[in-house]
Amino acid sequence: MLNMKNVSKVYRTDTVETHALREFSLIVEEGEFVSVTGPSGSGKTTFLNIAGLLEDLTDGAYELDGRDISKLNDKERSRVRNEKIGFIFQSFNLIPELNIFDNVDVPLRYRGFNADERKRRIEQSIEMVGLGSRMQHLPAQLSGGQQQRVAIARALAGEPRFLLADEPTGNLDSQMADSVLDLLAEINAAGTTIIMVTHELGLADRARRNIFVRDGQVSDNAPELHLASMAAG
Amino acid sequence: MFRYYLKLGTLSIRANPMLSALMVAAIAVGIGACMTIFTVRHVMSGNPIESKNDQLYHVQVDNWNPDDPYEEPDGAPVQVTYLDAKALFDAGRAFRQTTSFKTSRVVQPDGDDARPYQEDARATTADFFPMFDVPFLYGAGWDRASDETQDHVVVLSRELNEKLFGGEDSVGRTLMLNDEAYRVSGVLDTWNPVPKYYDVNNNPFEAPARLFLPFSLAIAGSFDNNGNTSCWKPVEEGSGREGFLASECIWIQMWVELQNASARQDYMNFLNAYVEEQKLLGRFPRPLNNHLRTPSEWMKYNEVVDEDVDVLLGLAILFLVVCLLNTIGLLLAKAMRRAKDTSLRRALGASRAELFKQHVIEAGMIGVAGGALGVVMTWFGLRGIESIFIEYEFMQHLVRMDWSMVTLAVVLAIVSALGAALYPTWRTCNITPASYLRLQ
Repeated sequence: MLNMKNVSKVYRTDTVETHALREFSLIVEEGEFVSVTGPSGSGKTTFLNIAGLLEDLTDGAYELDGRDISKLNDKERSRVRNEKIGFIFQSFNLIPELNIFDNVDVPLRYRGFNADERKRRIEQSIEMVGLGSRMQHLPAQLSGGQQQRVAIARALAGEPRFLLADEPTGNLDSQMADSVLDLLAEINAAGTTIIMVTHELGLADRARRNIFVRDGQVSDNAPELHLASMAAG
Repeated sequence: MFRYYLKLGTLSIRANPMLSALMVAAIAVGIGACMTIFTVRHVMSGNPIESKNDQLYHVQVDNWNPDDPYEEPDGAPVQVTYLDAKALFDAGRAFRQTTSFKTSRVVQPDGDDARPYQEDARATTADFFPMFDVPFLYGAGWDRASDETQDHVVVLSRELNEKLFGGEDSVGRTLMLNDEAYRVSGVLDTWNPVPKYYDVNNNPFEAPARLFLPFSLAIAGSFDNNGNTSCWKPVEEGSGREGFLASECIWIQMWVELQNASARQDYMNFLNAYVEEQKLLGRFPRPLNNHLRTPSEWMKYNEVVDEDVDVLLGLAILFLVVCLLNTIGLLLAKAMRRAKDTSLRRALGASRAELFKQHVIEAGMIGVAGGALGVVMTWFGLRGIESIFIEYEFMQHLVRMDWSMVTLAVVLAIVSALGAALYPTWRTCNITPASYLRLQ
């Protein structure tokens, strides 16, 4: 379970103080598929970064699977990221000089699995996203949708409890976006908790719960379309 | 993970070939400059007789001018007079002892076509060879009896034996020198101590003589001294050779072998007693100033390594530092270019420690490449020095690169690369991953 209570995040420069999150509170239960929407600059991505332990929070409390994240050192936080969290980014973030197999291998290396176990997991996850015949291809040799599938395979290879997706279909055409969302739905159905940030309300409707963020806080005043979809869901 | 990081390092170097090449070149140029000078200094400051350094002693007694020391403020003369050399040698108070000076002989090879020519020689005593562990290919040096009886015996260097006798065992054969017949008693194996510690007064880096003859014979035969001679009192006019031998001129090098500290103290006491005795005879007007110096002490005392070489070495190290600063700049540029990759790895579970290892191993690879190229640069640097000083034959002994220097070059390059990588790596490991992963 993910539990954020009164989390705030402030970015400071010499002259400017920006409040990206203000007393942000959210609980995400095991197995949920939550979409996070909101206007640009509302704090969606900051929330996701803090949830994924990519950034420190300024104030408040954050527990992941019952562990107080603020008390973890770098090594422990890295281990939590590696074992419990999978990331999917809008720009895929594949390593261009590594082939598909080696890209999916990256988080498994830090996990300390032996070669056989890594190979099994890599092949299984790449097969799952339908790219079994492309394991030796470089990212540049794949389409955008295929690259995002590789990114999903990489996120899934470690069998994480949480999948954090930041605009996962932002760089894809609608057909590819649909197929990626179908895949995420499958993954969620298999038990993985998914939190997806998107600015497209249509895509947000594919989630089972929708969170609207405005001015760094979870807002009750969601757009009509959004509320309608929530009611329908 | 080590092999994995090696693979990542290789990929990273391939992905940034220009940047990597510049870093390797910067390190290699710095290492090359540094190691070129260091190699020369290393050879100059070496001690070829390290194994007997605590048994061999150069003898110094101060017979110099009471009003003007040999060297300010109270340095004793660096050679001895014939009077003292003979007296100390004849006393035979050391386990082994040798007196020697640089001379030359006209070699008259066999054969009608062979023309006589002048060859450098060293007049010395029988103990010279066992004292300095001189290796023999054939035969041996002469015995102490030959010193007393002024035998016409000669020891040849390996090169001279090859020239005169085609490299055959020439022991027992006759060699004509200045119209006198000498019996070859031995042929040296390759022997080229650098520096030439037993005679640093006459260019410590010139090659050893190729002929060795008995000291007593050279004195009796009035062989010329081709080395340095210094006098603080003029030789009595018209006294000829006898007057020179009886003078206070210094021109002979004297070494003794003393097997332990007690023997050294005994010999020092003997030297002091000898000088006190000489004072009663009107010699040695200065206060007691006798010294027994080991080969390493002796070379240091004579500043065999010129101060200029140390200054050059300092400049070379400074140059290496400048090259490393460039490398740091290049590494920072590379780190910035790879910030997204680093951030991604952080997101996927790499701790700072793991990233540090990855980047340090990559820097080490750059260092190995820089070191290897640095060795090549050093070789070219040494050849450059050799070509600049081509007219000085002794330079070829100073520009030799041994395995210890090759190893040092590579190790220095790796350490330099790791040192240069510390700050960029620290920066890399401390970036906030979110700020780079957000970039589209």
